[in-house]
Amino acid sequence: MSLLEIRNLHAKVDNHEILKGVNLTVNAGEVHSIMGPNGSGKSTLAQVLARRDTYEVTAGEVLFNGKDLLAMKPEEAACEGLFMAFQYPVEIPGIGNAHFLRTAMNAVRRYRHQDEVDAIDFLPLYREKLKLLEMDEKLMSRSLNEGFSGGEKKRNEILQMALLEPKLAILDETDSGLDIDALRIVAQGVNAMRSPDRAIILVTHYQRLLDYIVPDFVDVLVEGRIVRSGGPELALELEDTGYGAMETKVMETAARGGEVRAR
Amino acid sequence: MSLATLTENYLESFSDFEARAAGHRLPWLKNLRGDAFARFCQIGFPTTHDEDWRFTNVSALAQTGFRLAPASPTQLSPEAIEPYRVPGAGVQLVFVDGRFAPELSRTAQLPDGVEAGSLAAKIESDPAELEPLLGRYFDSGRDAFSALNTAFLEDGAYIRVRKGIVVEEPICLLFVSSSAAPEANSLVPAAGAIMTHPRNLIVVGENAHAGFLEDYVSLGQDAAFCNSVTVLLAGDHSVATHSMIERENLRSFNVSTLRIQQGRASDVASHSVLLGGALVRNNVHPVLAGEGAECLINGLFVGGGKQHLDNYMLVEHASPRCASRQFYNGILDGHSSGVFHGRIIVQKDAQKTDSKQTNRNLLLSDDARIDTKPQLEIYADDVKCTHGATIGQIDAEALFYLRSRGISEADARKLLLVAFASECLDRMKPGPVRERIEKLIQTCLAQVALSVTSASSSGTGGVGYWEAAE
Repeated sequence: MSLLEIRNLHAKVDNHEILKGVNLTVNAGEVHSIMGPNGSGKSTLAQVLARRDTYEVTAGEVLFNGKDLLAMKPEEAACEGLFMAFQYPVEIPGIGNAHFLRTAMNAVRRYRHQDEVDAIDFLPLYREKLKLLEMDEKLMSRSLNEGFSGGEKKRNEILQMALLEPKLAILDETDSGLDIDALRIVAQGVNAMRSPDRAIILVTHYQRLLDYIVPDFVDVLVEGRIVRSGGPELALELEDTGYGAMETKVMETAARGGEVRAR
Repeated sequence: MSLATLTENYLESFSDFEARAAGHRLPWLKNLRGDAFARFCQIGFPTTHDEDWRFTNVSALAQTGFRLAPASPTQLSPEAIEPYRVPGAGVQLVFVDGRFAPELSRTAQLPDGVEAGSLAAKIESDPAELEPLLGRYFDSGRDAFSALNTAFLEDGAYIRVRKGIVVEEPICLLFVSSSAAPEANSLVPAAGAIMTHPRNLIVVGENAHAGFLEDYVSLGQDAAFCNSVTVLLAGDHSVATHSMIERENLRSFNVSTLRIQQGRASDVASHSVLLGGALVRNNVHPVLAGEGAECLINGLFVGGGKQHLDNYMLVEHASPRCASRQFYNGILDGHSSGVFHGRIIVQKDAQKTDSKQTNRNLLLSDDARIDTKPQLEIYADDVKCTHGATIGQIDAEALFYLRSRGISEADARKLLLVAFASECLDRMKPGPVRERIEKLIQTCLAQVALSVTSASSSGTGGVGYWEAAE
C-alpha cells in the first residue's frame, strides 16, 4: 500500500478551479519534489492535503495510509501523521513557542496512545533539535513566530516537524526567502528526517533546494495537473528550459483532448 | 411595578434602614444618608436617553422590587466559602449579603500598622475618624446608583494602611450573595430579591504599599442586586493595586464603582475581570489629584448567553505630569453585549498629561455586540492623549495553523482566547491574586471555546460560561 495516493483530485477556491485532476502516488521512504510555475496549484495541493477548508474539493479522492484523507479535519490529518511546513508561518502573539510545541506534541501523542511529555522531559527533546537547526534557545520563550526573522520562522517549522515525527511531511516553498546559509541549515534538518518509513514532498519553484535535498522523484505541476514525472535530472532540465515548454505541451494535450480553455 | 410603587418600595426600605442602621444617631451620617436618598428620588434610575447609559438599559433592574437583607445575616458554614478563599492571601474579610461575617473572616495575620475590618463596626466605635473621609471624596452627583449606595451606606470594609507600611500579601474582600432561597427555579425574581450596597473605604497612607482584591460571588441561583462603592485614597508616593472579580450567577445585577483619589507621585493599578452577572456595570473613576501620579486601568470582560457587561471609565487628570493607561479587552459570544466607555478629562492645569486608552474586542458570534466609545475632554494645551479601539474575530489563519499541528479545534480556540486575555494578565504583578484570576480565566475560556466549537455560535441560549464553568 502506498503512503499517499491522490486520484483525479479537483479543487476550487471562490469558484475558480485550481486543481484539475491531480494524480500522484508517494511511497514511504521516497522524497518527491513537486515543481511548477507560479499559479500552477502547488500551494493549493499542499493546503488541500493539510485540510485547509478554504479550498473546496469537487472531485477525486486521496488515500493517506489507506484512510480517506479528505474526510479528516486538519488536526486528524496531523495526528495521523501528515505535516505541512507553511510557506508563511503565522505569528501568534501571546502563545509561547515552547508551550505551543509541547501542546501540539502531546495532542499527537495522545492520539497515538503514547505517553504525554511533561515540561521537564520536553527540554532535552527540543534542545537536541535546536542544535541540529542551529536555533537560539531564546526563541523558545518568545511568542510563536512573533518577530522571528524569515529564516527563524522556517527553521521553527522544521523544528515542529522534527518533534511531531510525521509519516508524510509536505514542505510548502520552505526555500523561498532563505539565504544560502539558512537554506543549508534547513536542508540539514530535513535530511536528518529522511527515513525508510517516512515520505517527504518538497513543493518548490526553484531547483536550488534540490542541490541540498536530493529528491527521488520530480513531479511537474502545470495548470492544475501533473504533466511530467521523472528523476532528479528532470529538475536540471527544467532549470535549462523553464516551464514554458511544459505549458505549451499542456496546451497541446488539452487541444488534442478536445478541451477548450480560455487563457 | 409602577414608578410610584417603585419609589415606595425603596422609601419603605430606607425609612426602616435609617431608623436602625449603624450610626443612625450621628447627625452627620444621618444627613449624608438622607441627602443621598433625596437625590436618588429626585433623579431616579437612568434611562438610555442619558448619555452615560446610552448602551445599558437598567429597566429590568429598576422594575424589580428588591429588599434589604435581613438584619441578622444568613449563617454560612466555612466549607461553603472554602472554594473562594485565595491561597496565599493572609487577610480575608468575608461579607455575606453585604454584612461583615467575622466568624468567616481571617484577620489574624494583620501586619502592624494595618487596620482591616467592618465599616459598620468602625462607625460604632470610632465615627470621628470616618467623618472627614466618608462623604468627602465621593459625590453622588447625577448618578442614581452612587446616591443609592450612600443612602444605604452601612457596612463594607474599612481598611487603613499607615504611612510607610509595606503590606506584602494581598488583602482580600469576598462578597457572597447567599441567595439560597428554595424558590430558586422561579423565572421571575422573587418579590423581595435581596439588594446590598457595600461601601468600602480604603486608605493607603503616604509612601505605603498595599494590594486589595474584591471578589463578588453567589452561592445560589437567585437574582440579587449588588451595588457597591469602593473609595480608595492613595496618599503621596503610595503604591496600590486594586483587583476586582465579578463572577456572580447569571441572574444577578451588579453595579460596582471604584473611586480612586491619587496623591502626588502615587502609583495605582486597577484590574477588573468580569465573568458573571446578567447585567454588570463597572465604573472606574480615578482622579489624579497630585502632581506626577500614575494609574493603570486594566480590564477583561468575557460574556456569553444574554449577559450585558458595561465598563465605564472616567479618568480625571487634575494635576500636571500625570500618566494614565487604560487597557480593556472584551470577549463576547452568544447574544451577549459589552460596552466600553472611556472618558478622559484633562483639566486646565494638568499640563504634560500623558494618557493612553486601548480597547480590543473579540466577537465570537453574529449576535454578540460591543459598543465602544472614547470621550476626550481636554482643557490643557500641552498634553499627549491617544485612544484606539478594535473589534475582530478569531483569526482563521491562526486557527488553521494550530489545528494543522494536531491541536483540536476547541483547544486551538482556547489557546487563541487565552492569548488574547493574557494581554490583561501580563499587566498584573505575579502573586496569589493573579494566579487566582488566571485560573478563573482558563476555566472560563475553555468553556467558551468548547461552546463556540460545538454550537458554532448557536444554541448557547441563556447559559453563560461562568455558570457552566462552575
